[in-house]
Amino acid sequence: MIRVVLPFHLQTLARAEREVELDVEGPATPRAVIDALEARYPMLKGTIREHVTHRRRPKVRFYADGRDITHDSPDDELPEAVASGREPFMIIGAISGG
Amino acid sequence: MTAIRVLVGTRKGAFILSSDGKRKKWKVDGPHFAGWEIYHLKGSPADPDRIYASQSSSWFGQIIQRSDDGGRTWSQPGEDEAVSKAAETGMPQGKSNMFVYDTSRETGKPLTTHQWYDGTQHPWEFARVWHLEPSLGDPDTCYAGVEDAALFRTTDGGRTWQELAGLRGHESGPNWAPGAGGMCLHTIVLDPENEQRIFCAISAAGTFRSEDGGKSWKPINQGLHSEYIPDPTAEVGHCVHRIAIHPKNPDTLFMQKHWDVMRSDDGGDSWREVSGNLPSDFGFPIAVHPHEPETIYVVPIESDSLHYPPEGKLRVYRSRTGGEDWEALTEGLPQEHCYVNVLRDAMATDEADPGGVYFGTTGGQVYASNDSGDHWQAIVRDLPAVLSVEVQTIR
Repeated sequence: MIRVVLPFHLQTLARAEREVELDVEGPATPRAVIDALEARYPMLKGTIREHVTHRRRPKVRFYADGRDITHDSPDDELPEAVASGREPFMIIGAISGG
Repeated sequence: MTAIRVLVGTRKGAFILSSDGKRKKWKVDGPHFAGWEIYHLKGSPADPDRIYASQSSSWFGQIIQRSDDGGRTWSQPGEDEAVSKAAETGMPQGKSNMFVYDTSRETGKPLTTHQWYDGTQHPWEFARVWHLEPSLGDPDTCYAGVEDAALFRTTDGGRTWQELAGLRGHESGPNWAPGAGGMCLHTIVLDPENEQRIFCAISAAGTFRSEDGGKSWKPINQGLHSEYIPDPTAEVGHCVHRIAIHPKNPDTLFMQKHWDVMRSDDGGDSWREVSGNLPSDFGFPIAVHPHEPETIYVVPIESDSLHYPPEGKLRVYRSRTGGEDWEALTEGLPQEHCYVNVLRDAMATDEADPGGVYFGTTGGQVYASNDSGDHWQAIVRDLPAVLSVEVQTIR
């Protein structure tokens, strides 16, 4: 089980709480986590990464176990603390004006 | 009994203002989609309870919302169905937010480039839906004008969107350029007498017409003169801000261009200037009176560099002669220290009697006139900056 923290506007869009729990099959990578998130909440498709290219949207950032992993490969394995559910995978809207 | 519903899109959500046919007392409902930019929302002429809304943010992209109960409740089209299918297959199915340029060999066009601000070529990139234009006859069909400029259509109530790629793939595409707000397709006008005929306008490319339901397009900008482009009378490259027609007279089009108010009486084949005695012919919206095809409205703005009313006086100008002769409408509007703007999609009319006119400002006011513009009242004064105003007349 992996815990994912959503930014405010995606909580309202998904009608979900700040933190959601997901089962991720195989190695826990950012790509696998977002695949699972989109499968559970299809309305989030296209909001975190582009529909077709799966490129991260420019103003979205990822944190895992206190570390900024925004620019890491989406196929790198997440830290054990996140993979085990001890710490959440955090999706954050970049600070960028009002 | 007539009822009026004013649909207001703002920088931070959507609001629905409603009244009876007298249009004196108003109920304000909202914000819907709080915190999101609502570029546009518009109701279906065939089913007023069906409303489409464009919700977007530069963080999280484009969302399409739909209401089937006049704006009381909203959902992303196909959302419930999508969730259930996702559970069965493990794959996300929700496609209502997917605006993907059609590059297929069968129906699409290759992704080309357009002109960038510095004159270099820049690839087409989808940013958002600026304008939603529901079909006149079918509530499940709606057109979407997007940035970077292209036209999309849904025929299943917004569940899926397909590009009408003949427009983006037009040979003049490399000469299109973004206006200050981006390279947006912001105006879609459907001809009520000929469902094959569609007009659209793009900043900064100009006006285009299709006679085959959106498959192929022709630029219709003859007579436009734009000092700010290398060839002032070029076939494309003009910053058209808005076009409008009266449904009883669809061969006559009115245009507010970056500078100049224009009209065409031959379906856009040729245009002539009708700015006449306006204090400034720069502006964004233009609207036609619901019952008088030759009565039109604009809101003059000081200049392209100063996006506020001349002399700090918010004045709607009305022409009862289809242009040239204009009169200022000021009763109920601030006549000093007013420095708001009125954006291109932020003016609309109702179909009640006498005709009503509405507009919203970047200062968050929505003004209404229930007597064709002679008198105005602010329905609300302190909304977020208004991006769009549409009006439904419900009988």
